[in-house]
Amino acid sequence: MVACASNASNDELIKQLDKIIDPYRGNPGGLIQVLTKAQNLVGYLPKWVQIQIAEGLGVSLQEVYGVITFYTFFSLIPRGRHKISVCAGTACYVKGTKMVTTTIKDLLDLKPGQTTPDSRFTLEIVRCIGACGLAPAMIIDGKDVHGRLEPELIPAVLEQYA
Amino acid sequence: MINLTIDNQQVVVEPGTSILEAAQKVGAKIPTLCYYKDLNIIGACRICVVEVQGARTLIPACVAPVAEGMVVKTATPEVIKVRKLILELILSDHPQECLTCARNQNCELQKLAEEFGIKEIRFAGAKTEYPIDDSSPAIIRDPRKCVLCRRCISVCTNVQTVQALCAENRGFNTLIAPAFNEKLADMECVQCGQCSLVCPTGAIVERDDTAKVWAALADPEKHVVVQTAPATRVQLGEALGAEPGSIFTGQMVAGLRRLGFDKVFDTDFTADLTILEEGNELLQRVTTGGTLPMITSCSPGWIKFCEHFYPDLLDHLSTCKSPQQMFGPLVKTYYAEKEDIDPADIYCVSIMPCTAKKYECQRPEMNSSGYQDVDVVLTTRELGRMFKQAGLDASNLPDEEYDEPLGISTGAGEIFGASGGVMEAALRTVYEVVTGETLENIDFEVCRGLTGVKEATVQVGDLPVKVAITNGLGNARKVLDKIRAGEADYHFIEVMCCPGGCIGGGGSPIPTDTDIRLKRITATYTEDERMSLRKSHENPAIIALYEEFLGKPLGHKSHELLHTKYTSRGVNK
Ligand code: SF4
Ligand code: SF4
Ligand code: SF4
Ligand code: FES
Ligand code: FES
Repeated sequence: MVACASNASNDELIKQLDKIIDPYRGNPGGLIQVLTKAQNLVGYLPKWVQIQIAEGLGVSLQEVYGVITFYTFFSLIPRGRHKISVCAGTACYVKGTKMVTTTIKDLLDLKPGQTTPDSRFTLEIVRCIGACGLAPAMIIDGKDVHGRLEPELIPAVLEQYA
Repeated sequence: MINLTIDNQQVVVEPGTSILEAAQKVGAKIPTLCYYKDLNIIGACRICVVEVQGARTLIPACVAPVAEGMVVKTATPEVIKVRKLILELILSDHPQECLTCARNQNCELQKLAEEFGIKEIRFAGAKTEYPIDDSSPAIIRDPRKCVLCRRCISVCTNVQTVQALCAENRGFNTLIAPAFNEKLADMECVQCGQCSLVCPTGAIVERDDTAKVWAALADPEKHVVVQTAPATRVQLGEALGAEPGSIFTGQMVAGLRRLGFDKVFDTDFTADLTILEEGNELLQRVTTGGTLPMITSCSPGWIKFCEHFYPDLLDHLSTCKSPQQMFGPLVKTYYAEKEDIDPADIYCVSIMPCTAKKYECQRPEMNSSGYQDVDVVLTTRELGRMFKQAGLDASNLPDEEYDEPLGISTGAGEIFGASGGVMEAALRTVYEVVTGETLENIDFEVCRGLTGVKEATVQVGDLPVKVAITNGLGNARKVLDKIRAGEADYHFIEVMCCPGGCIGGGGSPIPTDTDIRLKRITATYTEDERMSLRKSHENPAIIALYEEFLGKPLGHKSHELLHTKYTSRGVNK
């Protein structure tokens, strides 16, 4: 998906996006379909894409953005190959969510809501992931839970994801 | 009809009635938070839950319709326990800042906490930390105080059709804000403040500029003058605890003098002036083939709306500044010369029912006196606050008169505050100027009331003048789309940004709902009838202003001081 974005020039993307919008022009009911296809085309949904869709369908940017942020399927940022979700639920928060995010920031220069320039990792903060006994915890790629984290353990965890 | 039992009492109601409304009929008051009559009925907060016999769970009364034979209990111990729990959860993510909050003592959340006897905040949960948006000169958004009721979204989207706000993210992380958390000052928000009127808490409030005014009043070098908008006199009483519909004209003047203003003038005066300028502009457009329909330009939220969403129609706008912005330059030129005061020392304060006026006075083109024409705008709510700070008990103040000459006005200026008032005032003058005859009945009832789009044809000499009047921007859109489609054959259209006109403006006392708007409208026409002069062109101070200073309507001086230009802004820029 992302490869597509880097191959096509921006003008080309604008044209292709217009083709996706065309069948729904002036029809707010097509929003979800258009967003899905647009994300497949561009890889994520940056502001310029949202504006083009808003104007094409005749809805406000607020409407488009509200829908995008409601569904976790849609992404506002380019996605990395691996997604790190750091838990900020009450148990983790008390035991050291801050420590985990600071350590990751020091290691990868990566803040929540961002992707590394080499597209390796995307970082996000989430609510309780149901591993409170292992707090502080994070989950990678939605399946691998890493718990009882300490600053010196984190580099080895990240090593496992290329 | 539907028969049901609520708290052991029989009730008969129309089908489709909600449990909440049915309960009101038997005097059972169910607490609500997200619900707002006619505006926001979405069942989001669940504070209104009740017990319905046979139902497995508690039911939110605001959204649930009644059914035949239903048995409802509105206040069982279980119901109260759940409501209290919901309230405690909301409070666990709410800053405890009541003492310093603009909505202290007028906050729906605070009131619920009081009614439920909340003594401590039991859940010390994580708190959402979103920054305050104080970019706008008109309104301030503090998401920390937001209870996610979405009333602001409803009014902005469905009533005003601006759609400046949306709900972003989900669950705990939900944020009510513009897309990308854009600043309100940098996007299509028209600064109307309708969101601040419906917000149950202090999450959207007017920018408080009272400190600036106190500072000016304390400065012996400054000659501080004040103008009061037409609607303020039928609003101020409410801000001080009086019944809706109370008229406080004389007490407001007296109070402003006690606060230390050097002159107490009236925006009604420049409302009369607007009629002369705008009436003549209309006649000029009709006779010289200018752009028609011409649309009124008194309402800064409406102007900003047109600049963003209908920039292709800007030529339809009258070039007249709003009465507030006609007043500013006149005070700093005409009045300054007359009284021999250096305009640099004049500090011009407005009292307005409007938040968008705060934005308007800061527009770069509003400097035609060589100074910022209007220095600061206070809403009616802020003036109420100043009266309280000064310990002024308005009901014990005497009735005093406005100062001359900029305080002299007519009933036509006064009705500018209500939807249809500008049109009615214009018709009173245009008719007599064109025909040279005296109007027999000056009450144009067709112009009045809360209907979203009003239309009429009025015979003026041999010209049948077709007019339309809209209030609330969603209604303006209907007429604007007709103009775009080439289907509008009106001559003159009045547009007011806020529902009901300025008497329901975003700076009005809270609460402001449909019933209260109607009471303020009635009070407005009572004031009109009380005036000895009711036609703008008969205002002696306006006649003198033209003789001594302006020359004639649409003359050179008028163009310099009283007319303006607009800016095409577009959307998503
Ligand atoms: S919004 Fe209401 S409850 Fe919250 S701090 Fe202000 S007055 Fe208190
Ligand atoms: S001030 Fe008016 S336009 Fe702006 S967000 Fe509030 S309701 Fe919408
Ligand atoms: S800002 Fe006010 S009106 Fe809007 S959702 Fe929050 S509490 Fe409700
Ligand atoms: S709080 Fe982090 S797993 Fe539950
Ligand atoms: S008031 Fe009924 S759900 Fe909020």
